[in-house]
Amino acid sequence: MKQTLLNLFQRLEPKKGTVLHTAYDAFFTFAFTPNEVTSRGVHIRDGIDLKRTMVQVVVALQLCYLFGTYNIGHQHYVALGEYTNFFAGFHLKLVYGFIKLLPIWVVTHVVGLGIEFYYAYKKGHAVEEGFLVSGALIPLIMPPDIPLWILTVSIVFAVIIGKEAFGGTGMNILNIALLARVFVFFAYPTYISGDDVWISGLEKVDGQVVSESYGWAYGLFDGIFKSFGWATFGSGGVPVVDGYTGATPLALAYQGGWSNVTSVYSVSDMWWGNIPGSIGETSKPLVIVGALFLIYIGIASWRIMVSMVLGMITMGLLFNAWGATPFMEVPWYYHFHMGSFLFAMAFMATDPVTAASTNRGKWIYGFFIGFVGLIVRVLNPAYPEGWMLAILFMNVFAPLIDHMVLQGNISRRLKRAKATA
Amino acid sequence: MEAINIFIKSAFIENMVLAYFLGMCSYLAVSKTVKTAFGLGMAVIFVIGITIPINWVINEYLLSETGPFGVDLTFLRFILFIATIAAMVQLVEMVVEKFSPSLYNALGIFLPLITVNCAILGGSLFMVAREYNFGESVAYGLGSGFGWFLAVVAIAAIREKIKYSNVPPALRGLGMAFILTGLMGIAFMSLMGIDPAALMSAK
Repeated sequence: MKQTLLNLFQRLEPKKGTVLHTAYDAFFTFAFTPNEVTSRGVHIRDGIDLKRTMVQVVVALQLCYLFGTYNIGHQHYVALGEYTNFFAGFHLKLVYGFIKLLPIWVVTHVVGLGIEFYYAYKKGHAVEEGFLVSGALIPLIMPPDIPLWILTVSIVFAVIIGKEAFGGTGMNILNIALLARVFVFFAYPTYISGDDVWISGLEKVDGQVVSESYGWAYGLFDGIFKSFGWATFGSGGVPVVDGYTGATPLALAYQGGWSNVTSVYSVSDMWWGNIPGSIGETSKPLVIVGALFLIYIGIASWRIMVSMVLGMITMGLLFNAWGATPFMEVPWYYHFHMGSFLFAMAFMATDPVTAASTNRGKWIYGFFIGFVGLIVRVLNPAYPEGWMLAILFMNVFAPLIDHMVLQGNISRRLKRAKATA
Repeated sequence: MEAINIFIKSAFIENMVLAYFLGMCSYLAVSKTVKTAFGLGMAVIFVIGITIPINWVINEYLLSETGPFGVDLTFLRFILFIATIAAMVQLVEMVVEKFSPSLYNALGIFLPLITVNCAILGGSLFMVAREYNFGESVAYGLGSGFGWFLAVVAIAAIREKIKYSNVPPALRGLGMAFILTGLMGIAFMSLMGIDPAALMSAK
């Protein structure tokens, strides 16, 4: 089978130096490790390269994808008061989420990889595939109902200004996925913040929130479901349950502290991820599995993760001691349950390109993300969640931290050398 | 307490460079290496931290109607503020030249040009417009100086790092500095909207 694939690739190879060849090269080196090796200088030779590193991060994200897809559908039906049991209406929820997620995923990859291919061709360079991870992360951190044109604009901005202007993969200062999200956040705030954006497929008709009519794609599946005698999507227009607000735990906590949160969501629901939110970050155990996988294969830095948790706990304890607003009195350990702290910790802060690269720098960098992020989450009334902004904030300072650590090292060693001499 | 609020607010939330985009000329020109940026940042902290309180005294006791001349002389504000700033910069210049000739040479024309750094005059004018008292204006001066210092050192570290990047030739140098400033501005927006004073009073 491997041989057939190789033969197929060799037969399809277009002429060198064309756009098509750039794209061909990208797919070829994705399937097979190229047999070119560095010929000069001393190098450690290893089968792992940039592409295979990135693919492992994508693998770590798959559980989040699976759960996220199902959760889109589940939250949609819970808001309508149908199939409120987590496993009831399994096929409907899965298909619903899939049809919501697929266009977002496809647009992200077509736009992002398209730009990447174009620049690789322009530079006469092999495709760097830096977009693989960003492309896997972006769908997970967007609201399920995001209009595709907004998604496109934000990705174009993030990839061109955030990455290609700096010279491509591995050179960017700010995390690309977060830059795309922050662009949506500041440019189209109504689509990404507020209480009612996190549950998909709802619209206001005559002042009442009802489910949107399902489109042709759902009709297609309805035909299949009918032939099995299963429940179908129907035509929409179902009103939401009484008392529906669509508020996320963080919004509730801001209004009235922890008791206000638990009156709507149970602690275990929040832990297992049965809450509205961005597509992929709600389930904490699955994120932790992904994080442990990344630590095990040595791609993500455990130093950043641990120090980020420490920074968050420190700030949480300070807030508990201060206790001026109801949000500050939320016990520090419950901050793990709400929002996207763990997802940001596992997949965003550990991005090796934008994080600090010295070991001591990583401790400082992670600590301050936890520290600043909780300040933004609790103190800033303008923003519901802080990790995205805190990570971008520390991305800006990461080179400075590295510089300080290096200079400190140099001066310490000079002193030691002088003392022994 | 009020002074701490103003310090935090002026350093992080209403950063001179990244929220108001003041003092851009020396910010863009001297941020090529961390060492010179550090020196200039220190000079700015000193100048802005000293001139804002001095200007407060001038504004309050010399130019107001209750001053020695008994007339409203606030139309002289600009010229007197600039004169104070120029005097302070002269002082800094002499000190730097005496104690660190290498930094003096590295900064070159940009050291005397602190005089016309908009962040410093802007700081004095904000101080008047916001009606700070003396203690608050000291905190405001030190805070906005520190914010400027932080921004210039951070961008210098980034620019040292991207020296090794394959930036498209058309963007090398200033073009990249502008893009970086914009991206840093986005990052600093994370803190915008926090109001320390309201939080203190909530207790």
